[in-house]
Amino acid sequence: MNTSHSSSSEHKQQHPISLYLKIWGLLFVLSTLSYLVDYFHFEGLLRWSLILLFMALKAGLIASVFMHMLWERLALVYTIFLPPLVLLVLVVLMASEAEYIFQLRDIFFNEKGL
Amino acid sequence: MDTPSTPSGPWASIVADYSADQAVFRVSSNKAMMWLFLLSDIFVFGCFLTGYMAVRMTTTTPWPIPSEVFALTIGGQSIPLILIAIMTFILITSSGTMAMAVNAGYQRKRRLTALLMMITALFGLSFVGMQVFEWTKLIEEGVRPWGNEAGAAQFGASFFMITGFHGLHVSIGVLYLFIVAAKVWRGNYDRSGNYEIVEIAGLYWHFVDLVWVFIFAFFYLW
Repeated sequence: MNTSHSSSSEHKQQHPISLYLKIWGLLFVLSTLSYLVDYFHFEGLLRWSLILLFMALKAGLIASVFMHMLWERLALVYTIFLPPLVLLVLVVLMASEAEYIFQLRDIFFNEKGL
Repeated sequence: MDTPSTPSGPWASIVADYSADQAVFRVSSNKAMMWLFLLSDIFVFGCFLTGYMAVRMTTTTPWPIPSEVFALTIGGQSIPLILIAIMTFILITSSGTMAMAVNAGYQRKRRLTALLMMITALFGLSFVGMQVFEWTKLIEEGVRPWGNEAGAAQFGASFFMITGFHGLHVSIGVLYLFIVAAKVWRGNYDRSGNYEIVEIAGLYWHFVDLVWVFIFAFFYLW
């Protein structure tokens, strides 16, 4: 398996250099766009959604093309990228507690005399 | 009723790979192990960023404005986040040269592969250099892990922990790339006939770039 493997992975992961150059260019454009979001002082929902959009596109391009996930078998792709989704549970827990902690601190720091 | 219907759809291949009496991942064990290491690193950085989110949401003092904290004065004009933008472009450029190195490796162009990896490592080195400059500037301005003058004390703690850990990854990556590049140059992989190690080193390098994408979005731009 191992000896036959090296040659098969070479065939699988050999992609035209023009593809890499295109993705490279795209990443430059996306980075510039996300920098411009800050430069032009976009605020509120527009700012956050643009930041997240450009971030997701950049991360997707790097993982799928540069890291070759586009051409790996699904067993590997899902093993690596599904488990981190449990982090979203942690994010939701922390975010839902935040308001409560904030109010508690507000009371504590501002009404020490009471 | 003589042959059971074969399941189809995306999950069928996963079930087949996991349940059969065979190696699960049809990649070399080196590559599989690098991916599993990266999975653990995803959790490390994921938890750091979640922790940063938690302290930023719960602090009652205003958060320092990143685009002002990280502004640089060039030619008498204050440009917001310019150093961070340059660092982002450098890291992306290094990812590009790394991808070309992997490509050259599989074409067995020994010198070109080593050269491209060296260039990648030098870009990484300049990234770390800029980070040192950034840290020095902030420390001189009085930013500490326990407090700063611009606002919430948690800013310093998050900043030094997250960028510090990322910078450590870049530094280790530079070392790793130099070592592999030297072995490529020496012709080790021509003798073994397998340049996959270049792709595996590339996985680590691209991951460092990937993490930076998230840090850039959540810490510097948010």
